[in-house]
Amino acid sequence: MTVSRRDLFRTIGAAPVAAIAGTAAASGKRTAPPDALGLLYDATVCIGCKACVAACTAANGLQPDTAMSGGIWQMPEDLNPQTKNIIQLYRSPDGAESSFMKRQCMQCVDPACASACPFSALTKGKFGIVEWEPSRCIGCRFCEISCPFDVPRFEWAKFNPKIVKCELCRHRLPDGLQPACTEVCPVGAVIFGTRAELLREAHRRIDANPGKYYQDRIYGEHDLGGTQVVYLSHVPFAKLGLPEVGTESRAHYGEKVHGVIYKGMIVPVVAYAGLAFLMRRRFKVHDEEVQRGGHEEQL
Amino acid sequence: MSTIAERLVLAGATRRDFLLFCGKLMVAAPFGLAITEAMTPEAVAQIVGATRRPSVIWLHMQDCTGCTETLLRTSQPDLATLLFDVISLDYHETVMAASGHDAELALHDAMTANDGKYILVVEGSIPTKDAGIYLKIAGRKGTELLQEVASHAAAVVAIGSCSSWGGIPSSGPNPTGAVSADALIKDKPVVNLPGCPPNPYILLATVLEYAATGKLPALDAFGRPKFAFDRVIHDHCPRRPHFDAGRFAKEFGDDGHRQGWCLYRLGCKGPVTHASCSTRHFNEIVDAWPIGIGHPCFGCAEKAVGYSLPLFSLAPINKATPPAMYPPVETSRGIVEGAAAGTAGVIGGILLGAGYVAARKFDAAPFEPPSEPPGDGGSAS
Repeated sequence: MTVSRRDLFRTIGAAPVAAIAGTAAASGKRTAPPDALGLLYDATVCIGCKACVAACTAANGLQPDTAMSGGIWQMPEDLNPQTKNIIQLYRSPDGAESSFMKRQCMQCVDPACASACPFSALTKGKFGIVEWEPSRCIGCRFCEISCPFDVPRFEWAKFNPKIVKCELCRHRLPDGLQPACTEVCPVGAVIFGTRAELLREAHRRIDANPGKYYQDRIYGEHDLGGTQVVYLSHVPFAKLGLPEVGTESRAHYGEKVHGVIYKGMIVPVVAYAGLAFLMRRRFKVHDEEVQRGGHEEQL
Repeated sequence: MSTIAERLVLAGATRRDFLLFCGKLMVAAPFGLAITEAMTPEAVAQIVGATRRPSVIWLHMQDCTGCTETLLRTSQPDLATLLFDVISLDYHETVMAASGHDAELALHDAMTANDGKYILVVEGSIPTKDAGIYLKIAGRKGTELLQEVASHAAAVVAIGSCSSWGGIPSSGPNPTGAVSADALIKDKPVVNLPGCPPNPYILLATVLEYAATGKLPALDAFGRPKFAFDRVIHDHCPRRPHFDAGRFAKEFGDDGHRQGWCLYRLGCKGPVTHASCSTRHFNEIVDAWPIGIGHPCFGCAEKAVGYSLPLFSLAPINKATPPAMYPPVETSRGIVEGAAAGTAGVIGGILLGAGYVAARKFDAAPFEPPSEPPGDGGSAS
């Protein structure tokens, strides 16, 4: 898909209209589509072999990040433009408690990145996968800033930079393949399926092992408006870097604030009118000073 | 011509010996071969037993006879069984009893008896410089001999690195203009089995596959059978966990070396060498292969690695995989990459320069008292 000049202007022109009309739409809570696909990562099962990290890099045509190891190992410190999927380790200071953590895009039900993206380069696509369309991206990196999970990464070092994030191996799905990470996982710590199936399976595990999982809760079932990648863990989710900030999605919250500001265009009109009034008065004072032969050069 | 089973019965081989041999074959060729796809040694024995003994003619070119030596080291079956009952080795300069005219007659007879059906095994590279005069057998040049015997063969197997890609004789300065067998034989299928030497069971599996099914095993872009050469040694190295954990021997005989740590820092070429040594050791002795006895792999099976890269130089890692270490959940953000830092520096520099020029202009403006020299405003502020 390419964006013509005409499309661009149309998008710009439509923005204020959408802002006025869109407040009603934003107030409704988004839900996952019935065929939403996702992952279930069970931190109690993961053995930290990082087969998923290597397979992800290969399946997505990325160069392994070997900068930290002098070219010997694929050794990313964090998600980065060469790493869409990473295994990290949490260990409590006394060493008594530890857990692996797999990080990749959470495929939010109501993604903040898509809401923040000014040109809809990031959208909720087929199967609810958050897709990135390069031809629409202007490189503003609002997605990077808005993501509550700190996932999208911008290729700062490239001449023609891209936004890099997991798209649930959507290029593999038409061939009947599952995402590379779930395909290679030797212990089934991360499994692939529809969101409904995965939630059912997670609930089954919780019911079968009462007290094993943190708060007997699935992270992502309701958190931040729900995510399609969901987590089970024996340590507090916050320790694994999953923010505990309620069930409202960032996109919903942001659009609510925008809804107030732009409702009926009253606030912008009043603000612009005030500014215009101030400027007019200032010009008037200035003109009078010039007429009196004042100190124009000192302005 | 009799089948392998009939010959083995005549020779008094036990069923157990034969099953052991078939088990070895299955280890040598776990997949990618029709004859070893069956799940049990018994099933493989059925197929191999019913196969007619393939006629093999073995030619020596510029070689060290190391590949022959490796064939002599097979013990399941032992050499006599192998030569007389499993294959029919009709001409081999090292192991045959005949010499002189008798030997040449044997070659002629073998070629006529099995015209178009025998398998030609070539050991050693072929000299081509100065019209190929650097190798002569029975008055004929190596190039002529090879062309003649190959033209009547069903298939050609190049055993060893020399005949597969040139090997030692072809390494610089290559005084004899040594080339591989497939550089000269264009009208016959050529299977390359590089290695110095290769594992003999790879040769046996290839030859038996051809005899049993009439087809050569699947080959890669360099003519090597995929069943033995599809992965690098590093992929299945017994010392791989030490590599992943960062435990390297730093010099021969140090603590790490004594404890069997990874030999990468000593120049191991395992990460760039396609061969199956790490899973199929030699002479049916566990750990009988270079890395197993504590010496880094030197890449004998890989063109442009063996006899080309310095023995103790670091090999490039083409397929970097994760180490056995983990980044913490909380990581510091903001690793500044070179280009980004450069761009920021350039922009910052432009702003600084613009600021300086602007300051100079302001200073040069005539609202200063005329007694001060223009352009020297820095001292005034």
